[in-house]
Amino acid sequence: MNLFKIISDIEQIDPEVSERYSFYSRRNLLKFGSNLVAAGIPAIVAGSLNKALAQSGAPSAAAVATLQFALTLEYLEDEFYRMGLAASGLIPAADTKVIAQISKHEAAHVALLKGALGTAAPAKPTFKYPTGTFTSYATFLATARALEDTGVAAYKGQAGELINDKAILTTALQIHSVEARHASEVRRILGLKGWVSDPAQTTFTQGGVALKTLPNTTGFTDDSFREAFDEPLTKAAVLAIAAPFLG
Amino acid sequence: MKKQQEEVSLGMLPGQLEPVRVGRRLFLRYAGAFATGGAILASCKNGEENPTTVMAPVDLGSGDVSILNYAYALEQLEAAFYTQVIATPYSGMTDAEKTLLTDIRNHEIIHREFFKAALGANAIAALTPNFTTITFTDRSSVLNTAKAFEDLGVSAYNGAGSLIKDVNYLALAGKIVSVEARHAAAIRDLLNPKSADFAGDDIVAPATGLDKADAPSVVLPIAQTYVKTQITATNLPK
Repeated sequence: MNLFKIISDIEQIDPEVSERYSFYSRRNLLKFGSNLVAAGIPAIVAGSLNKALAQSGAPSAAAVATLQFALTLEYLEDEFYRMGLAASGLIPAADTKVIAQISKHEAAHVALLKGALGTAAPAKPTFKYPTGTFTSYATFLATARALEDTGVAAYKGQAGELINDKAILTTALQIHSVEARHASEVRRILGLKGWVSDPAQTTFTQGGVALKTLPNTTGFTDDSFREAFDEPLTKAAVLAIAAPFLG
Repeated sequence: MKKQQEEVSLGMLPGQLEPVRVGRRLFLRYAGAFATGGAILASCKNGEENPTTVMAPVDLGSGDVSILNYAYALEQLEAAFYTQVIATPYSGMTDAEKTLLTDIRNHEIIHREFFKAALGANAIAALTPNFTTITFTDRSSVLNTAKAFEDLGVSAYNGAGSLIKDVNYLALAGKIVSVEARHAAAIRDLLNPKSADFAGDDIVAPATGLDKADAPSVVLPIAQTYVKTQITATNLPK
């Protein structure tokens, strides 16, 4: 199994998706809840997700696909940090607390998403890592930065897919901002700013508003305008970035 | 007009305050500012005639506009705070800290002005901050306030996302919330470098790895303690 296959599967099954996910019957709704409990998910989270299911009958096909996509990214992040922490002599003692905290969150995200998806959860793919990932700390950190910034952009890019699944949207947003905290910290360890200035952003326009002519911004650099808005990535763009990790 | 103004403004004053008699001169100034749709706050700053603040409450409105105004209110608060931080640096502020805090100030000003422009005629008035609890000369006071504001902003956007109907507004909120989260991590790292605090167990639930998501009814009373202008939000979507 690889990322591309998961995604193409999801896209191809669109017509039958309601049938394919008909496990969200009443019986499986209960199973969904028990999965969350088994995964150690606090009842309040399980409750809110189940409430959303109860209200809508089932999560939309778009929401299921988004959660599967998210789980695959979380699998990668989770394994990456666990391998990094296990690699002898890789992470300096001074940075261990930071990396361990990130790793803890990624493991929690995997458990949360697996629990939420139940039988619809894809298996963990086999990942591969570029040479030096776990022997050079610089390479490890650079990879961490890429994964975190991509994770932020990936969740952001899928938010619209969840607009009709309110409880799932909220949960996704709560993961999204944690990835952003991670990204900021990893960037700062690398000696970078915690925020992203994407040189590809040349329009300086958001939501139809021309940023550079806004009042009270005289003297602000292009970087400030770019950094103030984190840009999303489409699924396809995320997959292209994830490609080197696919086994 | 006069009667209506008094009812609205007095009715919304915080509970313990005695009703305030608005002097004729102040009222004229107040009403004039109201009529021109803007700088009520400028007149309120000059309070020698009436030591009790009389300020028009602002209501966030309803529907997506109310959520955008909610965000605008929070961005106003953050922008005003960091503007003061940079204008009167705390003692011992390093160059690196000044660069970082100036970046954040600029982002928050851009967010504020963006919302104002996007809302157009629907935008709430400028809010008057109340920073009396903050010691701007003290690093710990400033950075701990910054941490509280950034964490509050993240939880507010996370909690408001599901209240937004228009997918384009949701996308914009998404573009901003992660910037606030990046700020929060950086500020937390300044307070306790290279610890777990950048995404500490106090703000990211360890069992789920989830950041906070708070409803406006939770966020606004906290924000209100830093804003003199009374903010009302009776018609927000639920």
